[in-house]
Amino acid sequence: MRFDLRRLSLGLGVVIVAGLAIVAVIAPWITPHDPFLQNLDGRMIPPSWMEGGVPDHLLGTDQLGRDYLSRLIYGTRISMLIGVLVVICSGLIGTTLGVLGGFFGGRVDAVVMFVITCRLSIPFILVALTVVSFVGSSLTVVVMTLGLLLWERFAVVARTTTMQVRTLDYIAAAWAAGCSRTHILLREVLPNILHHLIVVATLEMALAILLEAALSFLGLGVPPPLPSWGLMISEAKDYMFFSPWVIMIPGAALFVLVLGINLLGDGLRDRLGAARDA
Amino acid sequence: MLKFLSRRLLLAALVMLTVLTISFALTRLSGDVAVSMAGPQATQEDIATIRRNYGLDRPLIVQFGDWVHGVATGDLGRSFLYHAPVAELIQARLPITLTLGLTGLAIALLVAIPLGIVAAMNEGAWLDRAIMMVAVIGQAMPSFWLGLVLVIWLGVKLQLLPISGVDTWQGYILPGIVLAFSAIPALLRLTRGGMVDALASDYVRTARAKGLTRASIVLKHALRNAAMPVVAVAAVQLGFMLGGSVVIEAVFALNGVGYLAWESIAKNDFPVVQAVVLFLATIFIALTLLADMLNALFDPRLRVA
Repeated sequence: MRFDLRRLSLGLGVVIVAGLAIVAVIAPWITPHDPFLQNLDGRMIPPSWMEGGVPDHLLGTDQLGRDYLSRLIYGTRISMLIGVLVVICSGLIGTTLGVLGGFFGGRVDAVVMFVITCRLSIPFILVALTVVSFVGSSLTVVVMTLGLLLWERFAVVARTTTMQVRTLDYIAAAWAAGCSRTHILLREVLPNILHHLIVVATLEMALAILLEAALSFLGLGVPPPLPSWGLMISEAKDYMFFSPWVIMIPGAALFVLVLGINLLGDGLRDRLGAARDA
Repeated sequence: MLKFLSRRLLLAALVMLTVLTISFALTRLSGDVAVSMAGPQATQEDIATIRRNYGLDRPLIVQFGDWVHGVATGDLGRSFLYHAPVAELIQARLPITLTLGLTGLAIALLVAIPLGIVAAMNEGAWLDRAIMMVAVIGQAMPSFWLGLVLVIWLGVKLQLLPISGVDTWQGYILPGIVLAFSAIPALLRLTRGGMVDALASDYVRTARAKGLTRASIVLKHALRNAAMPVVAVAAVQLGFMLGGSVVIEAVFALNGVGYLAWESIAKNDFPVVQAVVLFLATIFIALTLLADMLNALFDPRLRVA
């Protein structure tokens, strides 16, 4: 029973993430309308199954008459793109810091720990809002900001796992065989902590997607008219009391994507036997 | 213990210095602060006036020294927008953010600890899996969206609770629930993990052998040991919640410190922005220091570091 349930949630995670990734890639071919095309005569049309809905707009239209389904589909692209790019950026920073600290110990480690502590002390939503506001909002700025802020879990896990790996026999053997320090770090240490980092990557990707949505919701994330789900919720907020579906649809999409990524991460953790606190 | 204490204090002081620098540098990111403060319609003279009034015409290093000196003497600068000392602005709004944070933490603990205990007692059973699903769902929930959904459903459809402002204490319930959601997954996992270990330990076996009741074993013996890390993490979580309350305050139109920051960021009121970032970081540093102390108090093995 227990085993089956775990496999079920991993399977569900894989299906959701893979499905939405495919949607993101083939977005231009499956969207029924141009997601940016406004039609002021056809504003706030409800989804087709509700009263007043039309079959042409399956999920209705927004306050500017843009097709909601098309915007939702293009929103998948933005969320996925941000998730992946932020994880690449933060993964590189965090892993480098963590592996160096864990491998060399002593002063290097003290510095790494200090940097991690400083990063944790900063209220990062406020800092992200400030950076985006002062530098100017664009997709690149959002990715860079989140990438530079979300590396601490990579660093913590890379550091702990490197410390465990450092004293193992195959590292000693590599030293004895005369391998260089770089070789040992990249060829011996890194591959053996990689499975822990993959689990962190999924969790961080989920977090990055949620944060982008929150920043866009507060008006300091992805700029309009890009169809970010967070921005869609923010733009539709004034209409939510009369037409709740305008915030339900993008919110549900966000929830499902993040849930899928988290289920995938949890499943991978069980499968790969990664650290519990990863 | 004294050595541990002094080391931690020194570290906290160094982190404070770094945060001072970061908060200052952050607000200079836009290049010329005076231009963005003055707005698009400003003339050269307006910009020059602002530059002079706020001391922005001086070298950066002097401005930074000014900022550090001000903070050290309790002067956080003056707001450009409100024409008032930033310290007063923060002070006026702090009760709202603090009440919200503590309400959220209380709700999170009230939900996470009992659920964690029940999950641990049924480890591996369907009840355990179902409870842990709560953690997974909580982690995936966009907090601002949950806030809006609760506003529509509980506030407008059922008319149960106020949907914005905090004129009465009921106003804190909805935002408190939403804020709690962000802390529940971590606290739940920690409680469950700690309880699973504690229930499998020798002292619980001894307690069982003595014939103590199940309630006494779980609540007195196991929980006491499992609760220590939870208390420490709760302190850190409170720090995260205060820092992240900007989103919740925006959704529910609560005029707290987070809302002040959001408003100031959008309107380029840089003295407020740098002060709030510093202020929230200071609270976080103090809370982690407290968590470390609590940990060391409970567990002498940690005091050597």
